[in-house]
Amino acid sequence: MPQLKPGEISMGTTIMAVQFDGGVVLGADSRTSSGTYVSNRVSDKLTKVHDRIYCCRSGSAADTQAVADVVRYHLALYTAQHGEEPTVKVAASLFQQICYDNKDNLMAGIIVAGWDKVDGASVYEIPLGGSIHKLPFTLAGSGSTFIYGYCDKLFRPDMTKDECIEFVKNSVSLAISRDGSSGGVIRVAAITEDGVERQVVHGNNLPQQFLG
Amino acid sequence: MTSIGTGYDLSVSTYSPDGRVFQVEYAQKAVDNSGTAIGLRVKDGVVLAVEKIKHSRLLVPHSNRRIMTAGKHIGIASAGWMSDTRHLVKRVREESRSYTDVYKTKVPAHIIAERLAMYVQAYTLYSSVRPFGVSTLLACMDAKGPQLYMIEPSGYYVGYRGCAVGKGKQVAKTEIEKLDLDNMTVREAVKEAARIIYSAHDDTKDKLFELELSWVCKESNDLHVHVPQDVYDDAVQHAERSLDDDDDDNEMDDDEDL
Repeated sequence: MPQLKPGEISMGTTIMAVQFDGGVVLGADSRTSSGTYVSNRVSDKLTKVHDRIYCCRSGSAADTQAVADVVRYHLALYTAQHGEEPTVKVAASLFQQICYDNKDNLMAGIIVAGWDKVDGASVYEIPLGGSIHKLPFTLAGSGSTFIYGYCDKLFRPDMTKDECIEFVKNSVSLAISRDGSSGGVIRVAAITEDGVERQVVHGNNLPQQFLG
Repeated sequence: MTSIGTGYDLSVSTYSPDGRVFQVEYAQKAVDNSGTAIGLRVKDGVVLAVEKIKHSRLLVPHSNRRIMTAGKHIGIASAGWMSDTRHLVKRVREESRSYTDVYKTKVPAHIIAERLAMYVQAYTLYSSVRPFGVSTLLACMDAKGPQLYMIEPSGYYVGYRGCAVGKGKQVAKTEIEKLDLDNMTVREAVKEAARIIYSAHDDTKDKLFELELSWVCKESNDLHVHVPQDVYDDAVQHAERSLDDDDDDNEMDDDEDL
């Protein structure tokens, strides 16, 4: 099982992606830690790999950045060669191939989500071993464990974009308050046919919850 | 017109003073000496037909197919050296497989056509290998619909609505140009293809031949397969009937033989 090397930067993390009719909403916290030191408290874990395809990164910051860079390159090449935009399925397959083939040397838990005109909205999860799972919504990262119950109860497949955004903000903020490796701001990205809308929720604007 | 490129035709890595690569042109000759193959792209599919010249009565019918399948949705018919064809088909199968392994979907027509063309072209660069003596017709059904490409020994490739290669290509091309391909169905195209092969076949040169017919269309679930037996028999009947009609017509013109 790959371990973080001494001094290597981890992304403790809470990440999630939710599919709705016409698009997806991705959410993440912004804490990057190296042991107990928070090396970046405003990091952006929602990474663009193509115009309407984003990924959420958890695990080793270096590994996931490297893999995302390779996939971004391949997707740009795909557009040039095929004369059309790649589907989210293609992007997820590329991530999966890299994560599986290099599973011994990588620590990367990735969520791929986006919109394309062939399949519409899609969410794919690629956990540590390099398997691929297509799901209506998914959570990952250390913080996700604290909110599975909450998300399973509240998720509905017929939510609107704004309901999904609220759902994501609420879930990530609950995870942040219980997981020491997650914190900072909540970053949200909503992807539809019309484009990508990004939002940031700062600490003073977090949704209401019981704080003791 | 046979031109001799004395001195400049010994190696494929040599240009002639007038900018030709003779070895590639000679490879084209190998294609021109082979049995005719045609492809018709119509509105709901692609039909491939080959005049399979049999050199012996002992050959088992329907064996040694000249039309082959790659990746399930790609059909390959060719004119030229069969041994080279088999090698290229193997390559197409590998490319199709590797595409699906990476992208998890069926390879689109324009991608596989380009990959094959690049491969064929690579063999026109080095004096240590010879160009493939094959022109390949690639029939494919993908998300954009039915498509037909022809890849020549030089590696040049282009998409067609109808094309012909081999001995009878002139006769076949003339016939194909008369057809309204965009408005035809595969059922009609199969009959026309059979008729064209029969009319392009020159009985004085090769007596024995077998018609091979294949299609990729909605009816075959977007898979490339040889046509069902009943469709085949129907097409052969139609072809033989048209030949008889032509013969009847020709009797009137006997006076005008040159």
